[in-house]
Amino acid sequence: MLTVKDLFVRVESADGGKEILKGINLEVNLGEVHAIMGPNGSGKSTLANVIAGKDGYEITSGEVTLDGMDLLDMNPEERAREGVFLAFQYPVEIPGVSNATFLKTALNEIRKHKGMEELDAMKFLKFMKEKMKMVGIEDKLINRPVNQGFSGGEKKRNEIFQLQMLQPRLAVLDETDSGLDIDALKIVSNGVNLFRNENNAVIVVTHYQRLLNYIVPDFVHVLVDGRIVKSGGKELAFELEEKGYDWIINPETATETV
Amino acid sequence: MNNIRTKEHYIAEFIAVEESMNGEASSAFHQIRKNAITQFGKLDFPTLKNEDWKYTNVKALLEYDFTHGSSIKLSKKEVEQYLIKGLAENMIVFVNGIYSPEHSYIQKQDKGIIIESLNDVLKNNPERVLGHIGKYAGIENGFTALNTAFAKEGTVIIIPDNAEVKSHIHILNITGEAGKNIITQPRNLILTGKNSIVKIIESYHSLSSEENLVNAVSEIVVGENSFVEIYRLQQENSGSFHINRTQAVQGRNSTFTHYSVTLGGGLVRNDTNILLNDENCTGNLYGLYLTEGSQHVDNHTLIDHAKPNCQSNEMYKGVLNESSRGVFNGKVFVREDAQKTNAYQSNKAILLSSNATIDTKPQLEIYADDVKCSHGAAIGQLDDEAVFYLRSRGIGAEHAKRVLIRAFANDIFETIENEILHEHLNNLVFEKLG
Repeated sequence: MLTVKDLFVRVESADGGKEILKGINLEVNLGEVHAIMGPNGSGKSTLANVIAGKDGYEITSGEVTLDGMDLLDMNPEERAREGVFLAFQYPVEIPGVSNATFLKTALNEIRKHKGMEELDAMKFLKFMKEKMKMVGIEDKLINRPVNQGFSGGEKKRNEIFQLQMLQPRLAVLDETDSGLDIDALKIVSNGVNLFRNENNAVIVVTHYQRLLNYIVPDFVHVLVDGRIVKSGGKELAFELEEKGYDWIINPETATETV
Repeated sequence: MNNIRTKEHYIAEFIAVEESMNGEASSAFHQIRKNAITQFGKLDFPTLKNEDWKYTNVKALLEYDFTHGSSIKLSKKEVEQYLIKGLAENMIVFVNGIYSPEHSYIQKQDKGIIIESLNDVLKNNPERVLGHIGKYAGIENGFTALNTAFAKEGTVIIIPDNAEVKSHIHILNITGEAGKNIITQPRNLILTGKNSIVKIIESYHSLSSEENLVNAVSEIVVGENSFVEIYRLQQENSGSFHINRTQAVQGRNSTFTHYSVTLGGGLVRNDTNILLNDENCTGNLYGLYLTEGSQHVDNHTLIDHAKPNCQSNEMYKGVLNESSRGVFNGKVFVREDAQKTNAYQSNKAILLSSNATIDTKPQLEIYADDVKCSHGAAIGQLDDEAVFYLRSRGIGAEHAKRVLIRAFANDIFETIENEILHEHLNNLVFEKLG
């Protein structure tokens, strides 16, 4: 479904920028969960942002396609309407816009794009209540401005709530586990597990293996310095947890610590 | 007309008006006018050299020969478009600055409540306003002097102790006449006794596309334990000049809340000042200005904490597009006596175009040592992160920006409890922002 081919990306900055991704290849099929792990600064979040269409990156070469559609040629809202969803590492606070109004607008934009009827206030409310129950999100968070005054955990839960509401085909979770205590981690993971099925796919970007105890991946990729240096099954995550990243980054000098 | 000629023009007019007066020229009230015209002669119109007018050049308005409009007949329908639908209002209507009894309507109010035109009060009961007009809004510049010198028409609201005015009072000012540049100088006086409540809407509109000048002064006395709310709404045409001075003086335990909403006008200057003149007062100043084209909107505010244990909240917001210009100067004065003052000021603006500019100057002068004062100014573009967040959920770029700008602007109305008024103001913002 998602194909990333020889992707090279520079980040734009005043001093001329810097190459962050140096030839990424990735194939994600329907029904699969892929974990992308790696040390800080390896390019994990850049990959997530580039898939979602964030500004500030220069794609020097390569391609990213979703079911054959060229994602790089689409703006962020078009990607979202085609089913790409990014759960933000740092969800943005939007004063003055209630969570419910925001989601109704977003959902109806996506439905309109798909040729589906827009939901009226009643139908939307019913649908929302269902999803709120599923993700365990309280009424007070729904009527408050988007993410404003939310705790770290509430913000992440709100991202998963949006995931459930918008039902994308490809969910990219960027460090969704950061800043969560174990209870919040379980709630968030549960939301993702309820979401995953044969008709969608999930990319979990994370520094730690911890989240993968709850969202069990089919594939694990290790990203180091802009390249995927190792891919494997879920057992690779355990290995990383045990040995750290060093044995992959410097295979010659790393000592066994088993 | 140049500056000198303009000044002389108004002084000559004053003399002409005086000569046409029968008896009134010797009245006590006219003495106030005479003093004011003398002051005007000394002060003249402000120039950029005047620190308080550094960013607002009024030279353009001196080029016009403003004349007085006539009380042209308007149909009921023409006036109705300015009413706030669904809100049962007491209406005081002025057409070209002249009181229009046929369009005005005051509900039956409790005994002692006076809601009348200044002209009527001066004719029938001048003692009601004597000793008040000119007492609170001191003459600091040529505009206030000019307004006082020609003070003749406006609205007088007097609320006795323990009274609440039923429904909002809407002072509706409609100005314009084909082929004429009209000047109006409304002079309003609002006096409340103890434990009283009044809510006032002051709105300004243009009937034609000609450039007019409105030079308004309002004096407000908020009595002990009283609540006064004022919503000032400026929707005149984009060539109009609008100068306003509002001065409120608060008594013990009183609450004064003022909303200044500037959507129209070419050159707008608002001086909104409150004096917290006794203990336990709350003063709230909220402002919103949405500008485009070559509009110039200058908001000067002064919150004067004279006594202890008072609080003030001030929040002004602007959205500036095209080559429009904004000025915000917010002064908070905490006098030596005003211990335990709590003063909060915030001033934010979004510039939507690289040609739009804003000059902002928060000024805190604190002479007491046990106070809490904070101020913040934030000028910027729309938050790119927020725009991306909305777009990443399927909301188009333009739509996302609109949502964010509206949210930024409408935030100022959050504290308005009356839902109809709240909705009305939200809608005006939607209409203006598109």
